[in-house]
Amino acid sequence: MTVMKSLMGAVAAVALSAGAALAEPALIFDLGGKFDKSFNEAAFTGAQRWAEETGNSFREIELQSEAQREQALRRFAEAGANPIVMAGFAFGDALGQVAGDYPDTSFVIIDMVVDAPNVRSVVFNEHEGSYLVGMLAAKASKSGTVGFIGGMDIPLIRKFACGYAEGVKAVNPDATVIANMTGTTPAAWNDPVKGSELTKAQISQGADVVYAAAGGTGVGVLQTAADEGILSIGVDSNQNHLHPGKVLTSMLKRVDNAVFEAFQDGPGLETGFSVMGLSNGGVGFAVDDNNAPLITAEMQAAADEAATKIATGEIKVHDYMSDDSCPALSF
Amino acid sequence: MDKMPKWADVVLIPLISLLLAAVLSALVILGIGEDPVAAVNLMVSGALGSTYGWGYTLYYATNFLFTGLAVSVAFHARLFNIGGEGQAMLGGLGVAIMCLYIDWPHWSLALIFASLGAALFGAAWASIPAYLQAKRGSHIVITTIMFNFIAAAVLNYVLVNLMRPEGSMDPATARFPETVHLPSLHEILAPIGIEFSKAAPANVSFIVALVACVAVWLLIWRTKLGYEIRAYGNSEHGALYAGISPVKITIIAMLISGGLAGMMATNNVMGEAERLVLNSTEGAGFIGIAVALMGRSHPFGVFLAAILFGFLYQGGAELALWTSIPRELIVVIQALVILFTGALDNMVRSPLEKLFLAMRREKA
Repeated sequence: MTVMKSLMGAVAAVALSAGAALAEPALIFDLGGKFDKSFNEAAFTGAQRWAEETGNSFREIELQSEAQREQALRRFAEAGANPIVMAGFAFGDALGQVAGDYPDTSFVIIDMVVDAPNVRSVVFNEHEGSYLVGMLAAKASKSGTVGFIGGMDIPLIRKFACGYAEGVKAVNPDATVIANMTGTTPAAWNDPVKGSELTKAQISQGADVVYAAAGGTGVGVLQTAADEGILSIGVDSNQNHLHPGKVLTSMLKRVDNAVFEAFQDGPGLETGFSVMGLSNGGVGFAVDDNNAPLITAEMQAAADEAATKIATGEIKVHDYMSDDSCPALSF
Repeated sequence: MDKMPKWADVVLIPLISLLLAAVLSALVILGIGEDPVAAVNLMVSGALGSTYGWGYTLYYATNFLFTGLAVSVAFHARLFNIGGEGQAMLGGLGVAIMCLYIDWPHWSLALIFASLGAALFGAAWASIPAYLQAKRGSHIVITTIMFNFIAAAVLNYVLVNLMRPEGSMDPATARFPETVHLPSLHEILAPIGIEFSKAAPANVSFIVALVACVAVWLLIWRTKLGYEIRAYGNSEHGALYAGISPVKITIIAMLISGGLAGMMATNNVMGEAERLVLNSTEGAGFIGIAVALMGRSHPFGVFLAAILFGFLYQGGAELALWTSIPRELIVVIQALVILFTGALDNMVRSPLEKLFLAMRREKA
């Protein structure tokens, strides 16, 4: 009996210490996993940067199952983590359920809008960044045919594709854009083999630049493009280093900045709708040592000019999600 | 002649298997530089140390109860139904249709009909492999596992193209109306003065699962049909000689099995998510096999094994939340338990049988 008692005591002590130690921010990754080289990893990078700059620590969890979405939110909220940042639109439903129960906790959701007084919804103008890499793709393409490989077929990814196609057509109105989606389920975010197959199929149709907006699937796209000697475009994180000299550029979606800012603002952060676009550095394209030889001064100047025009509103890039249609591309 | 006493078969073997799995898991945790004792403490306190933990443990256990019972019933007819996953997925579709398209005045009515819908869809999904086995001799293991993939594809199609609400990005149905909300254990226990965690998803379908346990026990050991199922399972030729139709028993056993697997959806779809998402079953159909093996296909054994696996799931989630043990290793720990209790049963059994035989010989 005494053994039992001391065991229970130890258990209680662990439970208490686990609960009380928390007054730190928390980050929840989506099912794709922390190291997907893309979306989730960008979120992780931002959190990591915050931890290094401030010397504080943060909590994180990689989900294993759908049921854990709400569980992780509630657990972190009850343990006092604040703010709680979640990466991915799939948290929308769970957060809608949970947010009201913890009015003193600030939540930040990326890529989704949840209307609650203690939630900051961060969305990105991916179509603007995609427009710029579309321009670069059209300028780099010799065949006049470029490809787009999306992850899961959802309006958000069509928004990438549509902006890209508009950018391509802006440079070369006669260019052909081939668009393929990997699948219709979340598994499409993490299927590099299928990504590779789609890339080969697009190459056989004449594409010599492919843009992957597909999370972990994109790793297969970039690999195959490098193997087959064509150019590719990465997404979300800067993926230029994956195949130096073979990746034309990466469409940056500064998820890391969104996470960093949320952590920096801390508990009680300003809630509401937050749009990250070209005008506030939320999206862009990456130029570094790995791809500098591929981007000529003329390409860089054209893209920079377009970026300024988009930021000032002179060029209007169509947002697929505003009306579920795309003038430059049919799906 | 029994090779060893019943208590050894029912209690000792699972315990030794569990112990072996625990030792190996501890080595794995040590190997990545974490403290196994702290990890176990965290798992126990996280899964059983609070009503919150119990709420999640029982929620997972409810899933495993249904699928474990499903596999058990088929086992008694010597049929290996590994299609619980697909049957439970289709059961979810049955629940979603019942909850979304019919206006229920009260949750109890909704639960009854949603259970019926779930059982119907699950049974229907099991009926095709059953027919193929009974009439065409296509092996049930092969067909049921193939039907898991077909079920996933069907659900995918339905959710993406038919049931997804306008403008939604998630391949999932709309949220079920408030009236079909199943009372959680918190809501059930509050009137009788027991404080149960509000956040935990365990709900009234846990009680339905317990009723199903009793019903399966009655069916297998107290009815003519149950006798026929067991007779057929023990000896097909004997059963045939006794006038039992193999076709009939195969199909009926599989229908009951599929129905039970489908009823899991009342817990995870109706009770927890309150909408149908892709992958709502999350492998519970396969865990059901381990649960049935460990529980020796007896409803009470299934109950205990389901609680154990519920504990492993919830404890694993706590590990993921509060330690830096990566999620892949938590899966490894869960897999070790399944491996030892399910697949490596004979590794413990045969030395133990020899031991008992030797002891008996010494006595004689």
